[in-house]
Formats: sequence, C-alpha cells, structure tokens
Amino acid sequence: MNQNQDYTTIVKKASSRIEEIIIGEEMLINMGPQHPSTHGVLNKVLKTDGEIVDEVFPQIGYLHRGLEKIAEKLNYHQFMPYTDRIDYLGAMNCNLAYAMTVEKLANIEVPKRAEYIRVLMAELNRIASHLLFFGTMGMETGAFTPLLYGFREREQILDLFEMTCGQRLTYNYIRIGGCSDDLPNGFIEKAREFCNVMEKKIKEYHQLLSYNQIFINRMAKIGVLPPDLAIAFGVTGPNLRASGVNWDLRKNEPYSVYPEMDFAIPVGTGKVGTIGDSWDRYFVRMQEIEQSVRIIRQVLDKIPAGEIRAKVGRVFKPPAGEVYVRAENPRGELGFYIVSDGSQNPYRLKIRAPSFSNLSVVPEISRGTMIADFVILLGSFDIVLPEIDR
Amino acid sequence: MNIQEIADKLKARFGESVNFQDNPLAPFVRVKVDTIVQVAQFLKETPDLYFDSLMSLTCVDYPANFTIVYHLFSMRHLYKVILKVEVPKDNAMVSTVENIWRAANWFEREIYDLFGVKFEGHPNLIRILLPDDWEGHPLRKDYQYPATYHGVPL
Amino acid sequence: MLKEYIEAIKTFSEQNIPFTIKGAPVELWYIVWIFIFGGVVLGGAMLFAGLASFAERRFAGFFQCRLGPNRVGPEGFFQFIADGIKLVLKEDLIPAAADKMLFRAAPYVVFIGTLGVFAALPFSKSLGITNLNLGLLYIFAISSLVIVGIIMAGWGSGNKWSLLGGMRSAAQIISYEIPIGVVFLTMIMITSTMNMQEIVNQQGGGLVNWLVFRYPPFTLFAFLIYFIAAMAEVNRTPFDLPEAESELVGGFHTEYSGMRFAFFFMAEYANMFVVSAIATVLFLGGWQSPLPFFILNIFGDYSILAIIEGFGWFITKVLFLVFLMMWLRWTLPRYRVDQLMAVCWKVLLPLSFANLLLIGIWMIL
Repeated sequence: MNQNQDYTTIVKKASSRIEEIIIGEEMLINMGPQHPSTHGVLNKVLKTDGEIVDEVFPQIGYLHRGLEKIAEKLNYHQFMPYTDRIDYLGAMNCNLAYAMTVEKLANIEVPKRAEYIRVLMAELNRIASHLLFFGTMGMETGAFTPLLYGFREREQILDLFEMTCGQRLTYNYIRIGGCSDDLPNGFIEKAREFCNVMEKKIKEYHQLLSYNQIFINRMAKIGVLPPDLAIAFGVTGPNLRASGVNWDLRKNEPYSVYPEMDFAIPVGTGKVGTIGDSWDRYFVRMQEIEQSVRIIRQVLDKIPAGEIRAKVGRVFKPPAGEVYVRAENPRGELGFYIVSDGSQNPYRLKIRAPSFSNLSVVPEISRGTMIADFVILLGSFDIVLPEIDR
Repeated sequence: MNIQEIADKLKARFGESVNFQDNPLAPFVRVKVDTIVQVAQFLKETPDLYFDSLMSLTCVDYPANFTIVYHLFSMRHLYKVILKVEVPKDNAMVSTVENIWRAANWFEREIYDLFGVKFEGHPNLIRILLPDDWEGHPLRKDYQYPATYHGVPL
Repeated sequence: MLKEYIEAIKTFSEQNIPFTIKGAPVELWYIVWIFIFGGVVLGGAMLFAGLASFAERRFAGFFQCRLGPNRVGPEGFFQFIADGIKLVLKEDLIPAAADKMLFRAAPYVVFIGTLGVFAALPFSKSLGITNLNLGLLYIFAISSLVIVGIIMAGWGSGNKWSLLGGMRSAAQIISYEIPIGVVFLTMIMITSTMNMQEIVNQQGGGLVNWLVFRYPPFTLFAFLIYFIAAMAEVNRTPFDLPEAESELVGGFHTEYSGMRFAFFFMAEYANMFVVSAIATVLFLGGWQSPLPFFILNIFGDYSILAIIEGFGWFITKVLFLVFLMMWLRWTLPRYRVDQLMAVCWKVLLPLSFANLLLIGIWMIL
C-alpha cells in the first residue's frame, strides 16, 4: 500500500516536472530602447514563449519634451518651430495643422497663393515621409537596398525644400496667416521634374519590393487590423484606410484648397492577403505617393499669383475661445486643441498625435505573432516617436 | 444633425445633467461628472448618433476646476460633439470611458500622468510619458519644476 | 598524388639545396609541406575574407546608387586592412552575464569549422592540402562544427537576443544540411566517388562534361537546390535570420567586439568561399577549363601551366558564385523563421529526394 502511494506521488511529481519542462516559462525581453526596429526610442517589453509574442507592453516617453507645457510659455508665433519637432518626418504638415488651428481661432483669411503653396509643401512632405517608410519597411524585412532608393528620391524633395526655406528637416516655413517666403525661381520646373521621376520610380519600387514573393510572404496576413477595432482605438490615416475604411480628411472634411484637387483615396483591398494586413498598410502608402504626385501636378498648374501672407501682427492676441482642428498628416490625423484666454500665449494647447493612437492598438493585435512578425507589424504602422512622446 | 439637436436629444434623455453651451467657435455640451459614462454610452450606442470615434480626450486646468474635454466624432453620420466634464480640484476623479472607446485607454493615462486626474475603473492607470517615480503632474498650472531628478540637475 | 610531388621536391632539394637534411623520410617532408601549404591557405582565406568584405561593400554601393568605401588606398582597396587594424585594436569586451569559457571559445570553433573544409578542397590539378578519399564526407562533417560554435556563442553571450539568434541558426543549419546531404548523395551516386579530385577529373573535356549538364535538367536542379541550401548554411540573405538585425539586433554575435567579432566575420566570408567552392567542384567542373583543353598549354605541355590555369578557373568560378550571393543579398528581403523551415522541409527536401530517385532511374536505364 505504502509503496503504491509512493509510486503515485513519484509519478505525479514527475509529470508535473515534465509539464514544467515542456511548457517552460515565458521570457521577458526588452525590445528597445536601443534596438534597430524601435523607430526612435521606444521600449517594447515582450512577453514571449520562444519566438511567439504573448504580450507587448510599449514603454513610451523617452522623448517627452513637454511641448504642451512649453506652448503655454510661448506666444503663438514662437510655438511654430516646435511644431516641426512633433513629427520631424512630416514637419510641413504639422506646421500646416498648427497654422490652420490658430487661423481658425483668430479668424484669419489666408491668401489663395499661400494656400496652394501650403498644399504643395504638405504633399511633398507626405511623399518624403512615405518614401522613408518604404525604406524602413524594406529594412524591417531584411532588404537594405530600398532604403537607399527611397532616400535617393527623398533627396530631391529635400532639395526643393532647401530651395524654398533653407531647411531640410525642420522647416518652420508655414506661418500663421500664410508662408514665410514665396517660391523661389525655378521651383516649379524642378517640382515638375520630380513628379516625372517619382512616377517612374514608383514602378521600380513595385518591381523591387512590393510584389516580391518573399516580401509578400512576410507582409500578407500579418497584423490584421479590423476596421471596427481601428476606429475604436482612434487609428487614423493610412493605417485606417488600409483596413478598408474610406476616410481621409482631405476629402471627407476638406480644408485649405483640397476641395479643388482631383485625387483618389487608396484603401486596403486585401490584394495579397486579408484587408488590413501589413501589406495593405504598405501598399496604401505607396498608392498615396502616386495620388500626392497627382495633387502636386494640379497645384503646379493652378497656382495663382498674389500675396503669400495675411497681415498678422507681431503682437498677436487671438480672441478668447477654444478650437479643435485636425488635418491629415502622413501618419494620420494630427489635431490641435487650443484654449485661448485672449492673451499672447495659449492657455492650453493639446496635440492629438496620430502615432500615439496608432501605437496604442499594437499590443492588441500583436498577441500570438512571432517576434519577426511583430517587427513587421510595428514597422507597418509607421510610428514616429517624437510625435508620441511630444 | 448639428450640435444643437444632439444637445436637445441629450437633454431629453438626461435632463439637468447635461447643459448646452453655445459659443460660436466650439459649442459644447457640459455634462455632470457622475453621468459622463451614461452620456457616452448613449452617444455611442444610439444608432442615429453612433459616435464611434473619440478624436481627442484631454484636460484643461482652469482656476476653478479641471475640465475634461471629449471630442467625439461619428464616422457614420459625420457628426461632431464636444463634451466637457468639470472635475473639482480637490477630488479629481472621473469615471473611465475606456470600455466605450478603447482609444481612451492611453488618453486617460496621459491625463492622469500630466494632470493627476484619476479615472475610476481604468484597467491600467499608470504613468505613460513620465517615469513611474516622477513627482507631481507637470501640466498643472501650479506645477513646481523639480531641481533634480535622481540627483541629476534638470 | 601530392606525395609524388613532395617526393619530387624532396629529391630536387636534396640534390640542389645544400642545407637540406638529407635522408629525412618523405613523411616528414609531407608534414612540413602541409604546414607550409596550410599556412598559405589560412592566409589566403583571411585575405579572401577581407577582400570579399571590401568587394561586398563596393557592390552594395553600386547596387544602392552610392559609392561605398573609396578613401583608403586606390578605390578604397585597402579598406579591409584599415578595418582589420581597427578590429585588432578594439577592446575585447566580455559581458558580465556571459559564460566566459564558451564565449571565448565560440569564434575559434566557428573559424575552425570553416577552415577545416579548406583541407579537402582541390584548388587545382593535384593542388590541395590533402587529397582525401572521403573528401565529401569529411567536408560535410567538419562544416557542421560551425553550428556548435554558433550555439556556443548564442548561449555564452548571456543575452536573450543572442540566444534566439543562436537557436534559430542551429535549427536552420541542421535543417538545411539534409537537402545538402541528399544532393551530395546524388553526386556521389553519379560519380561513384567521394574524392574531390576524382570528381573534378571526371568533368574534364569542356563545358558539356560538367556535372551540372550531365543529366539535364536534374543535375541543374540539384545545383540550384544545393546553392539555395548553401546560402542558408552561410546565413546570407534571404536566409540571414540568425543575424536578422531588424529583429535580433546582431543575432549570435551581438555581444562580440574586436578580434572575436572579426573571427565570426571572416568565418562568414570564408564560409561563402567554401560553399561556392564545393558547388564549383560538384557541378561546375572544379578547376577544369570550360574548353576541352587548358589554354596555357599552347605554350607547351607543362603540368605546372595546367595547374596555374586550373587554379585560375577554380577561383573564377568560385568568385562568380560568391558574387551571386552578394547580388541576392542586396536585392531580396528575408524569410521568416517558420517560412524558412517550410522552404527546407516542404520544398527543398522532397525535391532533392525526387531528384535523387530520377537520376538513379536514368542511370539504370
């Protein structure tokens, strides 16, 4: 009897030990803040079972500069350079969103030519941002060459910006009431030339990367983001459109001179996988480049002569009130919420950054993916950290 | 439907708890702090309103109170509404809307981090941008900048 | 046959060089000769690794519309020497959490596994360190040592990313050795020998006699299977998962620096040479000329000329394959770890077995 009991306990012990060994324990890995796929300084704590990711805890705030607090200490003009630093890859778009917010608050009419220049710059910057995404997406999947190809074309855009405002990354070009300078001589021709080059090169990109079978294998059906989840988490921009939601502020809530432009909104179709997978997010951006080129061509054709800046005083005091304005950035909807108390400084300025919400959905859809997929998934959201941390 | 009609609907449903304020730039609906969850639920789940998108959720530090500002949007009907909840400064606490709009999860954490407003029922109310051991809430108007952090002069 | 040469050298030097020890057994000569020749090969392998790394960077620059290194020496030719000096002078860091013994030993194990293969490679007609009867088997066996080194590095680094990289690498290399083994079997079946020199000898007499064209298209398939699997063996894109830097930082060599890193680095390039050399021997006629005769032999029927020319052909073919690998690396994205396994087990392995079977049937017919 006694012996029998011993055997059962031994067997029980052994089986529990075997279970321990087979199931093993989960591993916590810090992916970041120093890791090649962090897109800046982001720490993702992964709870993994071997190569399978069980849970992701993004740790943000490494780049927190307190822009919202800084804004309360500066006047409206002075804050413009800081908007460049919200999303350094779409600085023009951030400038534009902030300028539009203040203009709405103070009811400033912007000259027509300035509006056209703004749209031109915003679209050029959108292309530049998407080109960088093209490169990093290639890097994420292990192809180095696309990065350099993307940079090659991005260089031309940066040259155009340099011609216009002397800066290549943080422009501070769009000002409250218009733009800082008019377009320089030769800009229009150079921009047209760029459009031609870009249209040719985008085909090359598709040959090199988009339809590469390995690339498709890596991207298709990875990180599928259903539309209802995307909306619930406030995901915006190309990421939302990739989920099949036809939503673009430039069309649905038009601002500036976008209503006069003829362009399409690419949405995810699940061409090689499921709607809303990483490949769709990639391909929507690629198609957006084409649409942006279309818009640029129209702007270059239509751009009127005239003033480039409305009269806005150096001492600028908008009336007391509050306003929330959002604009379509390369990464999604950038919203500014400004509360004014009638003084020179904003009473409160809130930046609703698209990447912030876009990142918040990542832990939700990355359960059960492999580490390699997680990198792809995160890369396909095209987050920019300064924007998240502000 | 403009915000006036939405406010009327809310008024009919919630009575004195909601209060429409018509200012020209940004008309908003002021909601009593204890009914925000019900109002949010109503806005989200009524089919002809269907506010499925929380564009922005933020907080303003007014001298009298903290005001939580909800910018809601209905992707189906293209309606917009702004809700405001005033939270007393001495007991800064409001119910979470995280289970209604998942986007609120991080927004509320950010408000907690930078203003110190607590969200009742939030599943993971910890600091998001600042380090866990940071003292104070920087976006408050009365925030005193610390001289050092872990012995590092700031 | 090397022995014959050595005997010839022995008699020559005993007769002509005054300070040679006379009457030493030929085995002693043989040992001395192996040391000399091994030294030459070791130096050559390291030189090749350096040159290949330089070439790869220039090629990458070319593919990517940029210049690449062009400052040190003419067209940046001496860049690899500068890099080498830098790596030698770098501090040799060992992480605190590392298993120091394994961490230190791993680079050497990897390097030995790679260099060991050179011993059985037929560089030219009758030219090689040894001429093993079981050459192919030896190569197959000794190149497996690389895995041991990589696992040692991955485990010994005490870093989770390294560990993941090491485990991936082990799984990958072990899996891909199976199709390679089957391809080896196929070739052994065709040539009915494992002696590398003998395999090359059978492919003499011009392009058409190369084994890759022996049983068309099956041997061509065998070549492709081998080449794909070999790329996985040496961890090159699209199979560079163990060091997938976007996921695993640096994979198994994340924690290495200085000379230890240089060993891994050289091993990688030497390994590229090795797998290309094996492919050349097995399929592309080794040191045989694509013409039915050696060109240099028009100057007279000296075997030394044939050896020199054979060496030239061998190196040319190997470098072409190495270039192919570089080309692919800068063009393709990388597979995911399970897709990589699927490619091996579901595609390459059945294909290689089918190939073996079909060639066998053809041979019987």
